[in-house]
Amino acid sequence: MKLTREDIAHIATLSRLSFDDKELDKFTKQMGEIIDMANQLQAVDTEGVPATTQVVDRDTVFREDQPEKWQTRSEMMQNVPDSSNGFIKVPVIIDKDDND
Amino acid sequence: MNFKSTIGLEVHFELKTKSKIFSPSPVTYGADPNTATNVIDWGYPGVLPMVNKDVYRLGIMVALATHAHILPQTHFDRKNYFYPDNPKAYQITQFFQPLARDGYVEVEVHGKKKRIGIHEMHIEEDAGKNTHGTNGFSYVDLNRQGVPLLEVVSEPDMSDPDEAYAYLEKLRKIVQFTGASDVKMEEGSMRVDTNISIRPAGQEKLGTKVEMKNLNSFEHVRQSLAYEEKRQQQVLLSGGRVQMSTRRFDENTGKTYLERVKEGASDYRYFPEPDIPPYKIKQSWVDEIAKTLPESPMDRRKRYIDEYGLKPVDADVLLQTKESSDFFDSTVKAGGDPVLAANWLNTQVNGYLNDHRLELADVKLTPEHLAAMIKLIKDGTISSKIAKKVFAETIANGTDPKQYVEAKGMVQLSDVSVLGPMVTKVVDDNPQSVEDFKNGKDRAIGYLVGQIMKQTRGKANPKLVNKLLNEELNKR
Amino acid sequence: MDYLTENIDSLNQKLAAGTVSADELLQASLDQIDAHKNLNAWITVDKDAKPDADLDFKASKLAGVPIAIKDNIVTKGLRTTAASHILDNFVPVYDATVIKRLHKAQATIFGKTNMDEFAMGSSNENSYFGLVRNPWNLDHVPGGSSGGSAAAIASGDVVAALGSDTGGSIRQPAAFNGIFGIKPTYGRVSRWGLIAFGSSLDQIGVLTKRVRDAAEVLNVIAGPDDHDATVSERPVPDFTAALGKDVKGLRVAVPKEYMSDAVDADVRAAVQKQIDALQAAGAIINEVTLPYTKYVVPTYYLIASSEASSNLQRYDGIRYGFRAKDTKNLMDVYLKSRSEGFGEEVKRRIMLGSFALSAGYYDAYFMQASRVRTLICRDFDNIFKDNDVIVGPTTTTPAFKIGEEIQDPVKMYNNDILTISANLAGLPAASVPAGLSDDGLPVGFQIMGQRFDEAHVFQTADFIECSNKFYQQKPAGLED
Ligand SMILES: [Mg+2]
Ligand SMILES: [Zn+2]
Repeated sequence: MKLTREDIAHIATLSRLSFDDKELDKFTKQMGEIIDMANQLQAVDTEGVPATTQVVDRDTVFREDQPEKWQTRSEMMQNVPDSSNGFIKVPVIIDKDDND
Repeated sequence: MNFKSTIGLEVHFELKTKSKIFSPSPVTYGADPNTATNVIDWGYPGVLPMVNKDVYRLGIMVALATHAHILPQTHFDRKNYFYPDNPKAYQITQFFQPLARDGYVEVEVHGKKKRIGIHEMHIEEDAGKNTHGTNGFSYVDLNRQGVPLLEVVSEPDMSDPDEAYAYLEKLRKIVQFTGASDVKMEEGSMRVDTNISIRPAGQEKLGTKVEMKNLNSFEHVRQSLAYEEKRQQQVLLSGGRVQMSTRRFDENTGKTYLERVKEGASDYRYFPEPDIPPYKIKQSWVDEIAKTLPESPMDRRKRYIDEYGLKPVDADVLLQTKESSDFFDSTVKAGGDPVLAANWLNTQVNGYLNDHRLELADVKLTPEHLAAMIKLIKDGTISSKIAKKVFAETIANGTDPKQYVEAKGMVQLSDVSVLGPMVTKVVDDNPQSVEDFKNGKDRAIGYLVGQIMKQTRGKANPKLVNKLLNEELNKR
Repeated sequence: MDYLTENIDSLNQKLAAGTVSADELLQASLDQIDAHKNLNAWITVDKDAKPDADLDFKASKLAGVPIAIKDNIVTKGLRTTAASHILDNFVPVYDATVIKRLHKAQATIFGKTNMDEFAMGSSNENSYFGLVRNPWNLDHVPGGSSGGSAAAIASGDVVAALGSDTGGSIRQPAAFNGIFGIKPTYGRVSRWGLIAFGSSLDQIGVLTKRVRDAAEVLNVIAGPDDHDATVSERPVPDFTAALGKDVKGLRVAVPKEYMSDAVDADVRAAVQKQIDALQAAGAIINEVTLPYTKYVVPTYYLIASSEASSNLQRYDGIRYGFRAKDTKNLMDVYLKSRSEGFGEEVKRRIMLGSFALSAGYYDAYFMQASRVRTLICRDFDNIFKDNDVIVGPTTTTPAFKIGEEIQDPVKMYNNDILTISANLAGLPAASVPAGLSDDGLPVGFQIMGQRFDEAHVFQTADFIECSNKFYQQKPAGLED
């Protein structure tokens, strides 16, 4: 498969990144090369092979239902770029993402 | 042309835990913004989720109560999307291996019984809340972020809005009786999304789905689906095409309005959550939880009618909430006569709660109180008239009925050796009444009862006084 | 204080004897950092930091010893940037578990080391705070992504540093800087507070000049943690117990793929010398094969980038970090903050990961890579049935020149071919110096062990360190 400039632009929007035309050209070329490399995997016979998505040696790890207070609101607010009355303030949401 | 509707429902229940699903922040309702949050809820760099055991326990309860098959191995997944109420820009949910599959609930609609299938149910985290200002800004509160949810996805088994309504009522009741959720739509602890498509009768292929999210009440669910059925029919009849879309129901107009058109499927880029190991649900744990599962509303109803001899209508009133049903069961367990207990709960107790706009949990009356009072009535210690006074005191102040009756000297006078001479004397003193009695005037006996009651300050057992008076008068 | 000739034990003895104070040690570090400014190994140094008040040198060997922290490990109250513009003003409100444990051991934490942005890179040229130079040759890269930590050790700023390793980010810079670096088994050290890159691959580890020092630091930071469900509950052995043990009878596997022509001849020669030394000391050398080696690079880049694309979505300019100016609406905040806040390599990985997870490609890319990962793991399981360790070069070449590969991502990614398998399979792996190349640049010798068998890795590394005594050499770029 070959990724087009439009494909790259679509993935950029999904990732909430924007590129100008020059960057888009560069990324299309580089992504193409990286995906060519990734395409080598299509040659591997994985019929009946389960996927490994973790290499943990535990399962079913629970926490007891005990409420704890860690941070105060003012601590949490220290890094907020813009806030108001205890809320995080953001410019208005025009379109809710189609992805919600 | 005839059309067939296909309706599916997705219901989110907030599970009733003390802390959040992946962080120990307290679960609160109505707290100041961002006061019940921590670094995990904010998706701070470097944080990791840790699963609350009770979320699984409560989810398993609902799965058991809806006859669903609990998967032996479950896993969390990430659903990726950007939104300010979604701090990590992914929701941790169960997409590939949910908690349970293939359940059902039974409903009765238009006199017919029907099984509505549950496709699957999964555990996930709730998002925060955005408030949209009018000044070009929105405001984010993350208190709700991470509250545990159980999403119950039905099969598209419902073919009209009444069935959808019946399914929701039944599902709500079943979940409520497990105690896993508060199921309050007004507080958001139960949220309903619907989807509906129609197709001409005889056509196999399903029509295009239209979704409606966050309906406010079951009635709105029914109305919006009924409106959509008609609207989509008109679109098709006029040669149009139903758009794959999300629509919003307006309760003022009773109509639905296009919110947004869906161009193909969304791309959530689901993949297995690498920060949480798999969850292997042991059958032994499921069995343990099953033992703690409260009796279902259906089983209770059967027991109330068959064992206790309640009228179906009385059983249904008791079963309107788990609280009243539990209260009733405890009252019976404490020795209260079931029929009397049901009558008291459905009339006096409910009347009091309605008048004072209270919930059962808000009053000081306990099942033990009610059982004690019923026993006092049954064994003739107090009259039902006195009982009403005792009840008023108990429900208002939590006073023990027996102690109250004794302290106030309200014990009914049922001693023949005391009442006998009083009856003889009152008949002696009222020759006119004897005359009237002989002439068949019923009022006469009422007057004499009143005299005895006056002398005993209402404590005389009225049944006994009646009986003794009749005997005495007949002797004359 | 010359940290190049000291180690944790020697510092501990001097502190206990009172011949040096913890304040003096810290001052020595600050002076060294100042003297090596040209290396650009540090992002944030807290000049007002103080050692703990009542140091107990008996209870903890780390008491009063300055330790460097890679800047993707969160430190409460101390700016943590992951070398990114998007976090360049970020001050954490909590400590990583490893930081809490170092505090408990009374180590002095005072600064954060440079790295590739979000740990994405093999050259340390991807830092918002500028590239890092290799102390052995200033025109060469120090490797990445823990390049700052490695350069700080090699130049003698401190004796120990924490790093993180997702695909070789501890071992490769350790190799390029002529020092020791170990990535423990996945699940040995808590990731709570490690800024996530590839969650199923990331592991915090240690960079030191001497093998024993790393064992001592790992003793402190390893072990179960209530904040990380992927951390093993296995008890942590004393890693220093493996040191000084005879290698007679040690079963050592050498994969032929790791010693192929694709590896520089002088790298192979230096590595072969170590293998010969092991054999001379009685170790049993077995040539083995890892047939899936040619697939590890694409497998790794698909998995790591997929996880990264999701992990890095939280940097959206809303709750913390950089928010772009002049934003009219929410979409603007997202697009501008992220496009201005992330560097090019990070964007490339996000794009690759978003692609590999997106509708229609998930099965062919992310899932196929995850299935090949299983085959790679099986390769290793087979070898470990008959062997205690697997050895070979850490990298195919010594440190390359600054600017040499940065324009060619695929070439850059192929640098990691020898290190990423250990991450895919979750194995403990270390790099110990093997000698110098013809150009006078350090060569690393990699040792991999079975899961949770760091002991054999330490034992082998310690043997190599004792046999070649590379630690006696001083980086050529530090001429004063
Ligand atoms: Mg859903
Ligand atoms: Zn949901």
